[in-house]
Amino acid sequence: MSDCGSCHGCGTASLAEPPGPANARSLAAKSIALVGPPNSGKSTLFNRLTGLRQKVANFPGVTVEQHTGIAELPDGRTVRVIDLPGIYSLSPRSEDEQVAYDVLTGKREDTAKPEAILLVLDSTNLGRHLMLAAPVLALGIPTLIVLNMADDLRSRGGHVDADELAAQLGAPVALVSARQGEGIGQVFDFMAGALAKPSPMELPVLQDVPKCREWAGRMGREARYRAPAPPEWTHRLDSVFLHPVAGPLVFAAVVLAVFQTIFTAAVPLMNGVRWLFDVSGAWITATLPPSVFRSLLTEGVWSGVGSVVVFLPQVLLLFLFIGILEDSGYLARAALIADRTMAKVGLQGKSFIPLLSAYACAVPAILATRTIENKRDRTATILIAPFMTCSARLPVYTLIIAAFLPERRLLGVLSTRAAALLGLYLLGFLAAVATAKALKSSVLKSGRSQFLMEMPSYRWPTFQSLGLRLYDRSKIFLRRAGTVILLVTVVLWVAEHVPTKGGRAPAIEHSIAGRIGHAIEPVIHPLGFNWKIGIGLITSLAARETIIGTLGEIYGMDPETQKGGLQAAIRRDLTPGGAVALLIFFAFAMQCVSTIAVVRRETGGWKWPALQFGYMSVLAYSGAFLAAHLIR
Amino acid sequence: MLQLSGNNEPNAHATLVDLRRGDAAILDGIDLPGDEARRLMELGFLPGARVTAGFAAPGGDPRVFQVDGSEIALRRETARRLRTRPDKGVRPEARKRSR
Repeated sequence: MSDCGSCHGCGTASLAEPPGPANARSLAAKSIALVGPPNSGKSTLFNRLTGLRQKVANFPGVTVEQHTGIAELPDGRTVRVIDLPGIYSLSPRSEDEQVAYDVLTGKREDTAKPEAILLVLDSTNLGRHLMLAAPVLALGIPTLIVLNMADDLRSRGGHVDADELAAQLGAPVALVSARQGEGIGQVFDFMAGALAKPSPMELPVLQDVPKCREWAGRMGREARYRAPAPPEWTHRLDSVFLHPVAGPLVFAAVVLAVFQTIFTAAVPLMNGVRWLFDVSGAWITATLPPSVFRSLLTEGVWSGVGSVVVFLPQVLLLFLFIGILEDSGYLARAALIADRTMAKVGLQGKSFIPLLSAYACAVPAILATRTIENKRDRTATILIAPFMTCSARLPVYTLIIAAFLPERRLLGVLSTRAAALLGLYLLGFLAAVATAKALKSSVLKSGRSQFLMEMPSYRWPTFQSLGLRLYDRSKIFLRRAGTVILLVTVVLWVAEHVPTKGGRAPAIEHSIAGRIGHAIEPVIHPLGFNWKIGIGLITSLAARETIIGTLGEIYGMDPETQKGGLQAAIRRDLTPGGAVALLIFFAFAMQCVSTIAVVRRETGGWKWPALQFGYMSVLAYSGAFLAAHLIR
Repeated sequence: MLQLSGNNEPNAHATLVDLRRGDAAILDGIDLPGDEARRLMELGFLPGARVTAGFAAPGGDPRVFQVDGSEIALRRETARRLRTRPDKGVRPEARKRSR
């Protein structure tokens, strides 16, 4: 049955085809949808098919991510691939299922109905995963059933007859290992070949879950499906990772290792990036003749954008860690271990992953809350995520701590500066916990929510998947540096250089920036900040780390503070109380337009971001006020 | 083949919470609202299915349950709503799809 006689465009004869008259169209698919349950390896196949030619967006109006990509067929034609969210059934109850259902039935105006479907199922758990085949085949769209993780199935002694399954389901079946690349040719052949509507022998009543499961079991038996032996390694690892004593210890060690690496291993890389910007900036200064343009380029653009791009290595390292933890399967165990602790403040284990990501950046963290099905838990997690100390705060903390705190050893291991930094991390964390508790016992009150989490088998993360993740993150990070931060630095530079006096830039005090700083001084004076810090605070509303570039520019232009560097300048301008006030202000305030934008998008309106911004500002101001008055 | 340990007292209100690690039982019914019950059923918690208790988070909550070839973590208050009866040996129907 495996010969490919009825199929015209098929290159190799390896695809298990259903018998009988194929209701074939001769054209290849132009758009194809990937459908499958969570943990079926759908995204891995998507990465295999599309590589770097993919983009992530949101389906308009809902908080469901839309992954699309372009797959190039062996003959050079291209196919648009949509990776739909992971779903257990097609009966639309969750937002994810609704979107998948609407796309597949052509009800979404923004997404054309796909001409074909790749239904990705985990071959090591075929009995349950085949349940999804019933509603998908019932759609009548040409479908290839991809039995993924074929390598696992084989190595654990399982078996399935793909030809027989194809005959039963009336649709082609391919045994594939998306991780290894095995069988991918068959998927391409399907996309390039003739498309036929599926003609299954029988279908169950779709609304009846037990009947669907029975049907799936029968299909599996007909195809002589032998389930593989239980994943022995997963059990062995779980006996350590979920051990009552060793489990929490491993958990703590993993979290500590992540932080340690971010703060130590990233430093040489960051110095390298800084050096690149210094050298290239000096080169620009030496090459271009002195002009307003050169000044804008070196003092404005280069130092402003450079001060932010420096943090790219740190952000990427954190994402590398989170990627490894997620792809290996450990993150699900971490969520399990964290669940009870999170429940104490009214959240759940699934909030742990976003909150950990928030230590890199609140924006991806807020996107990661999509895995939380309970709406109220999700909103609460979104609202507290910006309290976690993101990597943009780190340079500000480092600068101020280094300016005010002499480096000394504490208890032999910890230095004073590291301890201060750790304290600030703790401060943000405590604010998050307290806020979560307050929210969940008031506006976002809900009964303890259902916590259902599938524990995937442990797997080695692949370089491809990790690489694509990092590539994606770098793109987003650099785009931010190239847009928001670039704009802020240019606007600031202009504000510092006008109005010109006799063709020369004015003293910084008389420039527009200086006047604005003076205008807000009465508001920030009680916090111990002067007008220069004020300008920094205004620019940091766009993104926290811009304050460093701003202060660098302001103090660099001020002849009084030009010498001695930024640290010395800040030490002159701030009292110790003011320094602590500034740190607390940064710990609590929501100075990040990207976060505000993403919260608005994810919560579907201005209500939550406005509330969040107001709340965090009040907390930041009062915290800073107290610090400025209590510490002298 | 996992055999049952048989330490599960026949109890009118036995639920998944009563299972200790390594114990198995047959799921009888789900006392939860429609949507939540359906989600559990899609994950394999179907009446008649054999459920084995696995590892748990520290303190025993949530616990991982092996059902229909998957490992699913449930909180205590959810597990309490899943009624069970003792597993009296492997039934013929279960053998066919068991691993």
